Amino acid sequence: MNDFKGLGAFKLDVLKEVGNIGAGNAATALSRLLDKPVDMAVPKVKLLPFEEIADIVGGPEQIVIAVFLRVEGDAPGNMFFIIEEPSAKRMMHQLLSFATSEQADYSEMELSALCEIGNILGGSYLSSLADFTGLSMMPTVPAIATDMAGAILSYGLLQFGEMGDSALLIETAFLEGRDMLEGHFFLIPDPGSFNKIFQALGVTSE
Amino acid sequence: MEQLTVKVGMADLNIASNGALIRTSGLGSCVGVTLYDSVAKIAGMAHIMLPTSEIARESSFNAAKYADTAIPALIQAMENAGASITRMVAKMAGGAQMFAFASVNDSMRIGPRNVESCKLALEQVSIPIHAEDTGANFGRTIELDSATGVLTIRSVQFGIKEI
Repeated sequence: MNDFKGLGAFKLDVLKEVGNIGAGNAATALSRLLDKPVDMAVPKVKLLPFEEIADIVGGPEQIVIAVFLRVEGDAPGNMFFIIEEPSAKRMMHQLLSFATSEQADYSEMELSALCEIGNILGGSYLSSLADFTGLSMMPTVPAIATDMAGAILSYGLLQFGEMGDSALLIETAFLEGRDMLEGHFFLIPDPGSFNKIFQALGVTSE
Repeated sequence: MEQLTVKVGMADLNIASNGALIRTSGLGSCVGVTLYDSVAKIAGMAHIMLPTSEIARESSFNAAKYADTAIPALIQAMENAGASITRMVAKMAGGAQMFAFASVNDSMRIGPRNVESCKLALEQVSIPIHAEDTGANFGRTIELDSATGVLTIRSVQFGIKEI
């Protein structure tokens, strides 16, 4: 089980469905929050070398805003909601009735609101997954950071670092109509959680 | 003349000489350790992810990932290129705590632990640490110039600084 390269196409499809259900619910929550339609891309399930993970959001030095939630319970893991900077400002503008500052940095109020958005989305992602699998999955209190993507994402890879140089992650991108609100959801289950997810869904290891 | 840049990835190490730059980007809780021999003008850099190989759960692991194995491997690579351990000086950056949590368990303070193990590993081989920019809560990109030994650190909040 140390070797995720051995995962067959069927199991990858199961994980894609896991991403689909979770992110689908989160997209619905976001759409309600913004009162606008939110589209989402087909989730991607990838076994990626550490090096390439930050490339999904524009390279290790791309500045992003990330809300991090540690998932606890039967299938622990790490979850990130990553938004690119212009999108975050636009989302703030739509949510808070007051005008957002034009400066590059964020006020405490703005960060707190973004953190709450991440919390709501992460919570709806996880609760739909928990319903679907029957496993208990609880998010911890979220934390937020604005920094280089490489620095932020590497934090979610530590559990994988103990057993290899690549990580299996489920990624879903959000788009909001013409406004191009871009967000990414990353669920990085701990290495030991995959079997639990498969078992809960009745996928037997052949 | 444009300087050649050698890239070091996550859990990776490499060396540079002949005036080339060596660089690694997006250090969060990871630590970037650089060694420099000012006579041979050879620079080495490792992007270390975890403090000790004792926690490795893989049979054949990547030495560059762990502080206790990456530093000896880096010294070896530099000596093979003609550097001498007696002339090496170290500089390091990174080891940040990217997210602040109310409940702090051990894996959450991986940054400071990485820094401690790197210092210990350097002390064991008697390499002096000339400068460091570690801890806090922000990401860093670092670049070492093999011609001068100057380490340039870039971060989102604080811009560029040299140590």
